[in-house]
Amino acid sequence: MDAWSRFLDAFFKWQLIERYLPAILDGMAVTVEIAAAVVITGILLGLVLAILRAFRILPLSALIVIFADMLRALPPLVLVLLVYFGLPSVGINLPSFAVLWLVLSCVLAAFAEEIFWAGILSIPKGQWEAARSTGIGFVSTLAYIVLPQAVRLTVAPLTNRTLAIAKNTALGMVIGVSEILSQATTGQSFAGNATPLTMGAIAYVILFIPVVVLGRWLETRFAWRRA
Amino acid sequence: MQALLQQFFDFAIMARALPLLLTGLGQTLVLCLVVIPLGLIGGLLVALTSLARSRAVRWSAAAAIDFFRAIPPLVLLIFVYAGLPFAGIRLSPLAAVAIAFLLNNSSYYGEIYRAGIESVGHGQWDAARSTGLKARQALIYVVLPQAVRNVLPDLISNTVEVVKLTSLASVVALPELLYSADMARSITFNTSPIVLAAGIYLVMLWPIVRLVSRLERRIAS
Repeated sequence: MDAWSRFLDAFFKWQLIERYLPAILDGMAVTVEIAAAVVITGILLGLVLAILRAFRILPLSALIVIFADMLRALPPLVLVLLVYFGLPSVGINLPSFAVLWLVLSCVLAAFAEEIFWAGILSIPKGQWEAARSTGIGFVSTLAYIVLPQAVRLTVAPLTNRTLAIAKNTALGMVIGVSEILSQATTGQSFAGNATPLTMGAIAYVILFIPVVVLGRWLETRFAWRRA
Repeated sequence: MQALLQQFFDFAIMARALPLLLTGLGQTLVLCLVVIPLGLIGGLLVALTSLARSRAVRWSAAAAIDFFRAIPPLVLLIFVYAGLPFAGIRLSPLAAVAIAFLLNNSSYYGEIYRAGIESVGHGQWDAARSTGLKARQALIYVVLPQAVRNVLPDLISNTVEVVKLTSLASVVALPELLYSADMARSITFNTSPIVLAAGIYLVMLWPIVRLVSRLERRIAS
């Protein structure tokens, strides 16, 4: 066997592709489900935290800042292990996919809160004052005047950050969530061949390349233009 | 409440685990010293490639960047560590981490440098070249210093991400901080060592996270 066919045999073996395709597709479904759940809860929670912070109630803002800082400073894998191994012994039993969802949602919420908050701060004070002086309430000013303008600044960084955290669903392998990577590594050790790993990597590229391209487009579309 | 404290904040167990965790911390720092410079240099090369004059070169650089940004770093790491042996390439955990993270981090750092270089006006290039500086000198002495200054918050915040990323090395049994903590956890059946590891990460990274927030705010306003 020459080198090329040995390479194909190790990474793209046809029988193995056929045998492990169903498992990888199952993994893709799990990855998409968890990623979608994380994106929705994470961004919503982040938005709620940023809005609460806009009220500038000191103790509340301090708590939000501490939450956001800690979850941005800690490696997600540390949090996953902490929650996964810690909670059962205090009587809370969560299935591993729920642990992954909970941890990644909180991490995304922390980053999203900072991004939304930066967006809110970027709106000149005059906008607030003008809105308030025409008799619009605080909440309405935030909802109809400030947030719509702030979103422009947040779309690109939020997309990139969301992608980075959605990719962390691969950490599910460590605690036995049957997403793409754990299907791929299981297949690899059963088959004694790297083909399932190649399939797993390709599955991620298929899922996430559209988001990478979208993020790139948004970055140029909403680029921060200097005045 | 008692159970909670015992499970997460057992100081006796933390004290016993501390020496092991400090050895792990040493490995984490070694990893950072390998991975951060590699990423910074790789990223610069990637950025220069993605700004090349030839359209074919530019597009293949963009394709490579997007490819490596779409793959989770853990997948890349496991592919390098567990997949490459099937091609006859057997790597130590450290080498596998270095290679996988070089590919991943270069793409991220590369995009940041590119944004920085693009933010420096073309007039700077023209002025530098017209004073007789060669292209390389213009890049090193005129464009890059301004580019780096413009994207400094992003560079620092990506570096925080890289430090956090080193925790993935625990999955390929490199005995860094998280690996040591998890080992102590499995011996003591107690989560306190992981809490201690989290504390160490916080001490290292929290000040930098704060700093980045400040820098970003200053640039925004």
